[in-house]
Amino acid sequence: MWEAITANKRRSRVLLALMALLLVALGAAVGGSMTPRPQEGAAIGALVAAVIWLIMLVAAYYRGDLMVLASMGARRIEKQDAPRLWNVVEEMTLAAGLPSVPRVFVIDSDAVNAFAVGRTPEKGSVVVTSGLMRRLGRDELQGVVAHEIGHIVNLDIRFMTTAAVLVGSISLVSEIFLRGMVHGGSRGGRRRSSDGGGGRGQGQAVLLILALVLALLAPIFARLLYFACSRKREYLADASAARLTRYPAGLASALEKIARGGAKLQSKAKNLMVAPMFIVNPLQKMSVTGMFSSHPPTDKRIAVLRSMAGGAGYAEYESAYRGVTGAGKPCLGPRTLASETESVVVREPTPEPKAKQDAIERAREALDLVDGMAGLLFLKCMCGVRIKPPPDLKRKQIPCPRCGRMHDLSLATTLAANRARAAEGKEEPTAPEGEAEQVYRPQSHKGWESLACRCGNKVQLSPALQAEHIRCPRCQRTIKIES
Amino acid sequence: MAPSLIALIVFLVVLVILIMWFVGAYNGLVRLRNRVKEGWAQIDVQLKRRHDLIPNLVETVKGYVGHEKSTLEAVIQARTAAVSASGVGQQAQAESALGGSLGRLMLLVEQYPDLKANQNFLALQEELTSTENKIGFSRQFYNEQVMLYNTRCQSIPSNVIAGMFNFQQAEFFELVDKAQRDAPQVKF
Repeated sequence: MWEAITANKRRSRVLLALMALLLVALGAAVGGSMTPRPQEGAAIGALVAAVIWLIMLVAAYYRGDLMVLASMGARRIEKQDAPRLWNVVEEMTLAAGLPSVPRVFVIDSDAVNAFAVGRTPEKGSVVVTSGLMRRLGRDELQGVVAHEIGHIVNLDIRFMTTAAVLVGSISLVSEIFLRGMVHGGSRGGRRRSSDGGGGRGQGQAVLLILALVLALLAPIFARLLYFACSRKREYLADASAARLTRYPAGLASALEKIARGGAKLQSKAKNLMVAPMFIVNPLQKMSVTGMFSSHPPTDKRIAVLRSMAGGAGYAEYESAYRGVTGAGKPCLGPRTLASETESVVVREPTPEPKAKQDAIERAREALDLVDGMAGLLFLKCMCGVRIKPPPDLKRKQIPCPRCGRMHDLSLATTLAANRARAAEGKEEPTAPEGEAEQVYRPQSHKGWESLACRCGNKVQLSPALQAEHIRCPRCQRTIKIES
Repeated sequence: MAPSLIALIVFLVVLVILIMWFVGAYNGLVRLRNRVKEGWAQIDVQLKRRHDLIPNLVETVKGYVGHEKSTLEAVIQARTAAVSASGVGQQAQAESALGGSLGRLMLLVEQYPDLKANQNFLALQEELTSTENKIGFSRQFYNEQVMLYNTRCQSIPSNVIAGMFNFQQAEFFELVDKAQRDAPQVKF
């Protein structure tokens, strides 16, 4: 974990330096084009830009978290207000080895979202909405809190605050300049013409164009950089959460609920710069892919977490990431991976109250019945999700929406045909006459099994198979599968 | 410059580098050892918390399951043993036994719907679940630190310093129910 932070810090510095350079260049170009003496003007402009940045930075550093919390309408809670949330925060503090328990805040809102602020690990705050508390189970809540604590431990908050201030300063400087151009454009033009042209005037015209281009492009560019960092950090925080909780499925299922339940947050200040601190972007209704998104698409994050196999460590997250995106580019970086000395084993889920599960199970059964009557096909994925593709789907294969595994549709159509036959009262498929049907009882339902048909052919049995019969591909005999 | 002077300078430079490395490695070991201690202190706090919760739990449960005394008594006994245990290994063993008997008590509770609806009990159950989790997570952190520290103690070249200043290997805190680990003995 510690190595991951150091690697993170170094990358952050490069990006921050790049943004600071952009700010100073913008200031210089603006200053140079506004005054009659370009060189002095450029120096003054750069200085002014730097001073604006410093003032904003100091304000953000010492009052930033309070400002964000106040603008979101968050209220601080104590243990007796929400014991479960409080306990989960304490648990994750212990897992991460934070020096002190972060402060806990709640936003009264039906939206399902959470974020963290605080520039040092000692002064972190975790904020969740009341909608999130209501809808998430213990393991899911733990995943979300671990993600936020991951942000605090990885020093993401400090970095994102500094970066946000830089983006804000760049926007501010360019806005001042552009407004000045629009309102005072004609006046400035007269002054310049009365100055009496010459080489200096031409140089200034070039500077003016440069300043205009910079003022238009710099905010966009800075924002792109900012969002790129933010996206990267979301993956790292997800990986940290999986590692801290030892249970990637918790965060995955929480993200599913957040994506379904609406992460969109109504707040007094719809601040673009606060958005990256949330677990799922609070400004967008749906998860959007693209350069202007502060978060990676939620479904991709879920798919990575769901397809983590064999452990909950960084190594597993990395290989799952590569599997999902199909990219050769590393996600966490070699130093983060090297920091992991031992294998990280996934733990068992915490049992939820049984009454709740029963209710979910009943609702699911009823829904299955309706869907079956509507003619939907049924497929069961290894990750536990059930896919219900429509019967007239033209594709041969369908990916699991949760983990991305591909499934053959032919299996589902066979199943549906069997079901339909059974419903019409037609006889079940039987073996050739005069021969008793072969019966096979699977040893377990956990992995692939192979069984021998009477003709000697080996038939592979998928763990996802739900049918009562399978057909030997060589001799067309059917074999009954006992469950 | 005389060759002896150059030799002296080279010798001094090497000496200074050696001393610097020595100080750095020693301090690194001390830092890791302190982190291990800190991790253990956290576990200890959580274990104490568990011990404090149990009398409350037993009091609440007693009114409902009065006739199944043996399970309750096993919990109380295991707690007494855990409170008096000392040292990482012994503590781990006693805590495993306590965890096992608590699990059996919770299974028993499943049969009493009135008890499960009791507000006092629900609050206690949340506390107990959380304490169990906290023990788990602080153990996770502690063992990670122990792993780092032990690796440093054993690997060249810092093992030299570890040997010189008597940095002892730390012990992992493994909670395994002894009854689960030992193979059942078959007697004829």
